[in-house]
Amino acid sequence: MSTIAHDADDFVAPAEIPEMELYHPKTWLGKYVFSQDAKVIAIQYAVTAMGIGFIALVMSMLMRLQLGFPDSFDFINPSVYIQLVTMHGMIMVIYLLTALFLGGFGNYLIPLMVGARDMVFPYLNMLSFWMYFLAVVVLVASFFVPGGPTGAGWTLYPPQAILQGTPGAEWGIVLMLVSLAIFIVGFTMGGLNYVVTVLQARTRGMTLMRMPLTVWGIFMATVLALLAFPALLVSAIMMLFDMLLGTSFFMPAIVSMGQPLDHTGGNPILFQHLFWFFGHPEVYIVALPAFGIVSDLLSVNARKNIFGYRMMVWAIIIIGALSFVVWAHHMYVSGMNPNFGFFFATTTLIIAVPTAIKVYNWVLTLWRGNIRLNVPMLFAIGFIFTFINGGLTGLFLGNVTIDLPLSDTMFVVAHFHMVMAVSPVLVVFGAIYHWYPKITGRMMDETLGRWHFWITFVGTYAIYYPMHYLGFLGVPRRYYSIEGTNFIPESAMSLNAGISIAAFIVGAAQLIFIYNLFISYSRGKEAGGNPWEATTLEWQTADTPPKHGNFGKSLPLVYRWAYDYSVPGAEKDFIPQNVPPSSVEKGTDETNQ
Amino acid sequence: MANEAVVDDTGRSIAVVEGLQGVVTDWSSDQQAFKRVPWGKAMMWIFLLSDTFIFACFLVGYMMVRSSTTSAWPNPSEVFALTLFGKSIPLILIAIMTFILISSSGTMAMAVKFGYEKNRKITTILLVVTAMFGASFVGMQAFEWSKLIEEGVRPWGNPMGATQFGSCFFMITGFHGFHVSIGVIFLLIVARKVWKGDLENMKPGFFTTRRGGYEVVEIMGLYWHFVDLVWVFIFAFFYLW
Repeated sequence: MSTIAHDADDFVAPAEIPEMELYHPKTWLGKYVFSQDAKVIAIQYAVTAMGIGFIALVMSMLMRLQLGFPDSFDFINPSVYIQLVTMHGMIMVIYLLTALFLGGFGNYLIPLMVGARDMVFPYLNMLSFWMYFLAVVVLVASFFVPGGPTGAGWTLYPPQAILQGTPGAEWGIVLMLVSLAIFIVGFTMGGLNYVVTVLQARTRGMTLMRMPLTVWGIFMATVLALLAFPALLVSAIMMLFDMLLGTSFFMPAIVSMGQPLDHTGGNPILFQHLFWFFGHPEVYIVALPAFGIVSDLLSVNARKNIFGYRMMVWAIIIIGALSFVVWAHHMYVSGMNPNFGFFFATTTLIIAVPTAIKVYNWVLTLWRGNIRLNVPMLFAIGFIFTFINGGLTGLFLGNVTIDLPLSDTMFVVAHFHMVMAVSPVLVVFGAIYHWYPKITGRMMDETLGRWHFWITFVGTYAIYYPMHYLGFLGVPRRYYSIEGTNFIPESAMSLNAGISIAAFIVGAAQLIFIYNLFISYSRGKEAGGNPWEATTLEWQTADTPPKHGNFGKSLPLVYRWAYDYSVPGAEKDFIPQNVPPSSVEKGTDETNQ
Repeated sequence: MANEAVVDDTGRSIAVVEGLQGVVTDWSSDQQAFKRVPWGKAMMWIFLLSDTFIFACFLVGYMMVRSSTTSAWPNPSEVFALTLFGKSIPLILIAIMTFILISSSGTMAMAVKFGYEKNRKITTILLVVTAMFGASFVGMQAFEWSKLIEEGVRPWGNPMGATQFGSCFFMITGFHGFHVSIGVIFLLIVARKVWKGDLENMKPGFFTTRRGGYEVVEIMGLYWHFVDLVWVFIFAFFYLW
């Protein structure tokens, strides 16, 4: 036996940067409200995101009430229904998933995992959260203004988004756009922090190719966000001008309610291009952190190194780069030049290659692993299933000829919920079960977690599998009611009712999770510093939960990559990143070669 | 591989590898991907990259509405002509504005040089001069706006042709002018810090609250040059096209 571990080295380069100065607040307000500690900011982000996300979950329940049992509920009229569709989509994609993965997990995990005491600019980081909070407040305010929130669909396509007759065309749309602009400004402050921390503030020995994939995923997603959100900001500004100043960026000459409007000569397709230039990378802003986190969950609980680490890193980078040249596959039916379809279908299908590499590597990580089937692992494996399913239907929709008949049907809804809604959410749950012991010092309840997982996972299939079929039947998405539509058979209605019942059960199951979150905080089992026997730095901290400054007196030195599990010759089946090769305890078992 | 020992500000020696191999070495090393680059400077570069995308989206959007609008686009040479001494000179004001902004980049670059030489007096003067150039640019921009508004151009209408001309003009020059104005304010704040000697004593800075030396002047310079460069693109695509 020659080496004990992958690329481990006793040598650690001398420090290039002085110790980070920490801001020590003196008041309660400075410690818990306007905190500059990334860990507190992370929890603030996560709680706000989950709070608003819960509202969006309730909205989806209301939508399912209407779809499953039409004409039974008076308070859901067509306007309310489309407002629910819009706000559910926008909140889930931006205010929940983006904020939770980057603001929540990014803030908590990046400094801990790369061995930094905090983010490089804690003050900006604090501002970032409060801007996000303001964005959420403005968003929520739109529920209480005359006309209610916008009902333009989460894509906010003009001209209809700002025309009379669309719900929320007076106030709702303005607040929506303002809220997005605030969100982007706030996110930029945080995002710059995450990127510079990863690039410039790693601890000694932490090379980029020794970083856990969680950090890689969040890092690349942040880079995408910094380059994609500008397009949304610009389109929001232009639409606000169209709405408030009467410009005609997106508004062609148009007759509304029998009245010709003042607009002339604008280009609605321009909005779609700008929106999807943001919108497609946004899919990966949500997916890449999930890819990274799930890689770590699988590796820890399979007690094996992640299969093909370098390929996993390069796949993240390549997916990130490609995500900027596929946007118009959302626009095959928009009326753009049909020749674009060829280009964008090709690039879209090319993305399947690095994505498939990742999926194969996850499966190969499990292969012959010493699997611990705990709750985070269940969620991680569940993710592989839902992601493969959603990914495969993506190949259908990426092809122009198949997309045309399926466009704007329930098939699309089923596809993107599988691939970018349920999949990342399963990872969010897995990640919370995984890191909760570090954040609070206590384990979450295992039994409740299993119930939560199985109901959510099986329920997901009960909801979305039939929805693919509804799509093939031609049931359109975003429709308040499909009654009296001749080509849709009566059986589609019973299917819709069945989907709704499954959705209610899954929705109720999330209460188990919330209950578990609260009850485990006081009654959970004591976790200790490293309950999962993981190698990454956040599990090696002096205190649990880590104090301000993360690592106690001295920063950890890193000697190896993050995946030294079941190393032949070592006594324990994991070697933390900060253990030098010379002090690894050798096992006596001679069969371990 | 040419290795040479380089000593950084704090007296530590750092091995530097030249050329492309050096990039590979730096990125495969620990701690920092950009060796000896302060956090603030790295952050400014990444912010400017993000901001580039904002301006790129504005300009691409402008080109797209210009090529798809139904009415004729006014000729910028005529719209932006001034009558001086009885002669109509096309783009004369824009030419002066461009000249001033590019000159301000010159004074900014000199401020960075004198800053690193710890020449507080000249650095302060150069920063204030840069700020004055910037302020006069904004002033002339305001004059140009008022001239166009007098001629009836509005964001929502334009007597000379396509309405999008007015919309794009006010939006893009407005967003750029906003950047210049922020720059002027920041320049004055940095000038004050240089004058008081804050950078010498590494006092905690404004905005990020991190301590900073004279690299703060350089970071300010990065932003200012960026604003200048963006103007060159706006000049080329909006006024010359």
